[in-house]
Amino acid sequence: MKVCLVVDDSRVIRKVARRILEDLDFEVAEAADGAEALSWCRTVTPHVILLDWMMPGMDGLAFLRELRASPGGDAPRVVFCSGENDLERIREALAAGADEYIMKPFDGDIMASKLAMAGAL
Amino acid sequence: MNARDLELVAALCTERAGLLVDPERGHLAENRLGSVARREGFGSIEELVDAIRHRDEERLIWAVVEAMWPSENGFFRDPEAFELIAQKLLPQLAAAAGKTRPLRLWAAACGGGQEVYSLAMLLAEEPPPGQFELFGTDLCERRLEKGQSGLYSQFEVQRGLSAHRLVRHFEGVEGGFALSPRLRQSVRWRRANLAEDLGRLGQLDLVVCRDLISALTIPARERALANLTGALAPGGYLVLGRDERAPGLAPAAALPGCFTRPSADRAAA
Repeated sequence: MKVCLVVDDSRVIRKVARRILEDLDFEVAEAADGAEALSWCRTVTPHVILLDWMMPGMDGLAFLRELRASPGGDAPRVVFCSGENDLERIREALAAGADEYIMKPFDGDIMASKLAMAGAL
Repeated sequence: MNARDLELVAALCTERAGLLVDPERGHLAENRLGSVARREGFGSIEELVDAIRHRDEERLIWAVVEAMWPSENGFFRDPEAFELIAQKLLPQLAAAAGKTRPLRLWAAACGGGQEVYSLAMLLAEEPPPGQFELFGTDLCERRLEKGQSGLYSQFEVQRGLSAHRLVRHFEGVEGGFALSPRLRQSVRWRRANLAEDLGRLGQLDLVVCRDLISALTIPARERALANLTGALAPGGYLVLGRDERAPGLAPAAALPGCFTRPSADRAAA
């Protein structure tokens, strides 16, 4: 089963995402910020990471840069999932190595279509 | 919505546009006609249908028929079909057209513009060697207006559109996203009723009309298919929905629903 790591400081969002991802046949793991996500990735490489941007401590972009710079860090597909909808910022996320970008609020269709475009389905 | 009203709406849809309205799907009609009723100042769908019954007003009839007209609203809907168009059909057609004549393309039921703009994006990303002419037509005036505006909500730009394409072809505006003026201006818009005479679009190299003919009555299907195939240049491609067939043409690719008019037709004609 493919593992999806959901990184978001909101428990509600993690729960919503989990429900959608489990319907798409992912095994879901959760982390509440970038630092927690990084230590998770040190031991297991997830197939895909659903990544919030604004989080206390290490934010999504800082996490992504560290991940991509680490050995094997280019393997997971990374899909940002953030309330940030400024195209300049989205460009920045893509340039840092994000495969896809979901603007909140999202629904199951958007999630499935973005995961497919990221090559994660 | 009561059965008698739905029957009248269905009859008008069939008569004006060859559209088949499933009597089992009254809720669909209710969804779509509710906004027409509000827009036109009626208190309910019943009042709207009553007015049509008694006044026989063309404008109102068309408002109802157009609202009932099927529309799909994703970009690059059916990624495999667009992959085929991008990887195989467009390069081949562009090479055949060369620089001597414009490549001519038509999205025949383009709704709010997503389909024709998907083609426009492909052409912007891999420009053909010569000029091109891109047409977007639909029966529904309001959707054509939306398409022409090139304005989409945050939800709409996340249906089928990759983030890379979003940042490449759109800019953020208040309340949503606006397609770049260059892409917007690359499309020529027309209102067209496929079940009727088509006007003059001339001969097309690529015609895309997905999942529309299956929504039509059998006689209307035949007229629409005659229109679509008649507009196809020799060597051109018609891309229908996966379940749809064009009996006059030859199947063209691994993808069901894709047909061609063999170039040999030219010699035979």
